[in-house]
Amino acid sequence: MANYSTNEFRNGLKVMLDGEPCSILENEFVKPGKGQAFNRVRLRNLNSGRVWERTFKSGESLEGADVVDQSMEYLYNDGEFYHFMDPESFEQVQADAKAVGDASLWLKEQDVCTVTLYNGAPLSVTPPNFVELPIVETDPGVKGDTAQGGTKPAHLSTGAVVKVPLFISEGEVIKVDTRTGEYQNRVKS
Amino acid sequence: MSEWRPTADFAALGRRAQLLSQIRQFFAARGVLEVDTPLLASAPVTDPNIEAITAQSPSGEGQMYLQTSPEFAMKRLLAAGSGPIYQICKAFRQGERGRRHNPEFTMLEWYRPDMGLDALIDEVAAVVALASGSADVARMTYQQVFEMHCHLNPHTASLVELKACAGQHLDLGFDSDDRDLWLQLLMSSVVEPALDPEQISIVCDFPETQAALAKIAVNGEGQRVARRFEAFYAGMELANGYDELRDAGELVRRIGDDHRRRGLSGQDLPPIDRYLLKAMPYLPECTGVAIGFDRLVMIACKAERIDQVIAFPLERV
Repeated sequence: MANYSTNEFRNGLKVMLDGEPCSILENEFVKPGKGQAFNRVRLRNLNSGRVWERTFKSGESLEGADVVDQSMEYLYNDGEFYHFMDPESFEQVQADAKAVGDASLWLKEQDVCTVTLYNGAPLSVTPPNFVELPIVETDPGVKGDTAQGGTKPAHLSTGAVVKVPLFISEGEVIKVDTRTGEYQNRVKS
Repeated sequence: MSEWRPTADFAALGRRAQLLSQIRQFFAARGVLEVDTPLLASAPVTDPNIEAITAQSPSGEGQMYLQTSPEFAMKRLLAAGSGPIYQICKAFRQGERGRRHNPEFTMLEWYRPDMGLDALIDEVAAVVALASGSADVARMTYQQVFEMHCHLNPHTASLVELKACAGQHLDLGFDSDDRDLWLQLLMSSVVEPALDPEQISIVCDFPETQAALAKIAVNGEGQRVARRFEAFYAGMELANGYDELRDAGELVRRIGDDHRRRGLSGQDLPPIDRYLLKAMPYLPECTGVAIGFDRLVMIACKAERIDQVIAFPLERV
């Protein structure tokens, strides 16, 4: 991989630090009028999710990390691994529960997710911003109550629990924002 | 998207124009002459921490430099008998880009023959107050601020102590045997953020190894220190002032030192400004100071980033 000097550090650049793949969150250039320049860099360790703040001498460099974000279709879960496929090359990868994390709550077969690959292996999975999922269990709908507030929990096919308006019934398909976990609207089937 | 547009809004650009005019009035009222020296230079500063941007010589042969500060040319004017002078001009420094830096920036620099450092500091505070409104001025020595915020004496602490102190405050991704590097890191990362943002803090008596072009003197404790000060406000370094070195032999020795340090770290060895050397014997006793004008505008506009007070930063030119 290429090396990147501190002046090439950009938000989102993936670099190796202490043998761990990291993503740069922030790069602050600190320099007295007379004197050595430094870069105060915040990085997220992509393995642990922890944020590091490290100070470098300006002009020093870090090795780039072989980390790519790839759009992949979710295929299925075999009980242990989640399988994804590149819809163009048909290449498949399997991700364990640690890499998938909370994204598992929103994975629907055939949806296209962003899989972050480190040296070709999945490091993390980001679901689409919006998913459409059926409700498998919720209290009976209250007819006519479409305007007033008031919500109830609904269990979705993936195991996620979402607050929905009272008029929504079991078996209906709803659209959810995966970034906030919030109900958006009912999907007409 | 709208990348052709300025990053500063017109309220900020208006305040910028107003501040320029206030500064010109300020110096006119004090009988300081505005001057205008070339941006193109045959020899840049030799300071290893400042890298000039090169330009092709207009004759087509060899290279020239965009000036990193108007200091050398202004000193030649002083040597020629100009009396007190000031300049507001562009200066250029390679690689300096960040929240408070743009490689092309505006500098306010002035020189006062026969004015002592104390009176110059008063004048600096008055100029900063044009941007900040009235503010208290606190004067401290470099040693005092280090004792207060780093609990060590910057003149006598060992390399190991300096490193340990930096390690307590920061997670470090490098090592160095250069004492001044650790002092500069502690200054910019520990001391500077701890200074009262509401007051103009003047830090004077820098270590003699960071004298740049200031005279050296012996302080009350027998410690050799540089007759140099810096001004801080709102957590930012604003100004750098000197009791100006007049000894040509000492200047040559310091340039040699810069070249040696540049050589060690594999940097270019820039040519020496022969005109400055020739002028040095005629330089009158004087003090001088440079202020980052863009930072004054940041203060006036309460801006967090330099991009909010300049029309087109590097990425938009």
